[in-house]
Amino acid sequence: MNILSILDEIEKVDGEIYERINPRRKAMQDFFQIGKKISLAAMPLALGSLFTKAYGQTTPTAVNEVLNFALTLEYLEYHFYNHALVATPTLIPAGAPNGAITTIRNHEKAHVDLLKGALGNAARTELIYDNFDFTAGGTFGTVYLDYVTFLKVATAFEDTGVRAYKGQAPVLKGNAVLTTALQIHSVEARHASHLRQMLAANGATGLKPWISLGTGGVSNDTGIAAVDPVYARENTTLQAGVEITGINGTAVTKTAAAESFDEFLTKAEVVAIANLFLKPGFRL
Amino acid sequence: MENLKENHKTSPKETDILDARLQRRAFLQYTGAGAAVVALVAAGCKKDRSPSMSFGTTLDFKDDFGVLNYAYALEQLEAAFYIKVASNPPASFTAAQKNYFQDVQFHEIAHREFFKKVLGTAAIGSLEVDFSSINFTDGASVLAAAKTFEDLGVAAYNGAGVRLRTDAYLVAAGQIVSVEARHAAWVRDQISNGSFADLNSLTSLGANAAGGLDAALTPDKVLAAASVYIKTKINVINL
Repeated sequence: MNILSILDEIEKVDGEIYERINPRRKAMQDFFQIGKKISLAAMPLALGSLFTKAYGQTTPTAVNEVLNFALTLEYLEYHFYNHALVATPTLIPAGAPNGAITTIRNHEKAHVDLLKGALGNAARTELIYDNFDFTAGGTFGTVYLDYVTFLKVATAFEDTGVRAYKGQAPVLKGNAVLTTALQIHSVEARHASHLRQMLAANGATGLKPWISLGTGGVSNDTGIAAVDPVYARENTTLQAGVEITGINGTAVTKTAAAESFDEFLTKAEVVAIANLFLKPGFRL
Repeated sequence: MENLKENHKTSPKETDILDARLQRRAFLQYTGAGAAVVALVAAGCKKDRSPSMSFGTTLDFKDDFGVLNYAYALEQLEAAFYIKVASNPPASFTAAQKNYFQDVQFHEIAHREFFKKVLGTAAIGSLEVDFSSINFTDGASVLAAAKTFEDLGVAAYNGAGVRLRTDAYLVAAGQIVSVEARHAAWVRDQISNGSFADLNSLTSLGANAAGGLDAALTPDKVLAAASVYIKTKINVINL
């Protein structure tokens, strides 16, 4: 992300952004000079503090709620992968598989840090590994013992993440935070695409990088009944009132129509899924 | 020209259209179509969506229709590319790669037609593409171009989302961009397994690896990057 272009974006939707950050334009220009020199590693923190400065206590409650909701999901994903890499080092095969999970874990950590920074004092209580039950009460009892089960849960998490972010987009409409959320959202989609390929290479023959129609037209294309809620309505072919199957006389099949759009999940649907993996006392 | 609108069923006939396009090109050269001429003609036939008259087009970002037309333009480009690949894939492609390029082709056609339908009479005309920089018989060249299109598509949607004011369009755009990101990840893995989300390689498109953030670019930057593939002059106003 280019912080200068982000600020440009904010200015387009919030013409007073510079005044909010600092009443004096000169000070803002100074920040730009620092911003150009700042190391990439420090960028998320700097960005977070900038947003805090800009909106501070006036950040709309609804926006903070969405960011905290996202933060919860990022904690879930981060701890899921991190535990596998740190505590069960033989679970994920060395080489490309371990490299991919490490890449994904690092992104989830970056998302946690970014969201925490953006929320500042409004950030939710930190979630640690012990707050989660990644077996979902025994449904995935071998999640940290069996590589394929691990990949199944990982795929479900990433597909959930993709759907959760887009469901909250209207709350962030026109807000610079939306751009950041979209940038996280598409990274989750890239993760999902790769995990589906990993799962396909480990027994789920034919599972595509994109969510397809399930057998017989059902919404869940993974064949894992326990994750049905993750794929609710993914067999939809109607978008903004437009039927995509055979649209404008094209040869777009029902399958292609379902694949070409990822559906969103409502907050309640995502909460229900997340709660399966949170221990009592930490549920949403 | 490659008037894809009139080839609803993708078939080998698509490639025949290229001959017509060459005639168009010759005509444009004959008229010495400079930017001024193109702009004048464009102004004169803005409402006329007859393909033979679409010498130039204008994206007016004053409202959601401008953003949707911007997406429509990019989806036209992507669809045209995948139709060409799917109809005659490089010999080096595996069966799985051929199948998935077919899939992606129909996803992009679905996106293109979705925007066309939503826009109705406000839709821009058909763009004339220029894929002369791509070697369609070479698997590596095709994959490299696909990567460019998909990563740029992700950057475009991520950068333009904040401009949308209508919930339904914002949600639709969000539902499309993640599919583009899935494409991008898959194509990248075909080139180099594990590069599905190599954000360091996407910094020129606005990604921030340290923040775990994907590409995001404003429309002017996206169109500048895409211009090598588009012959039609695109004017941008009210950005």
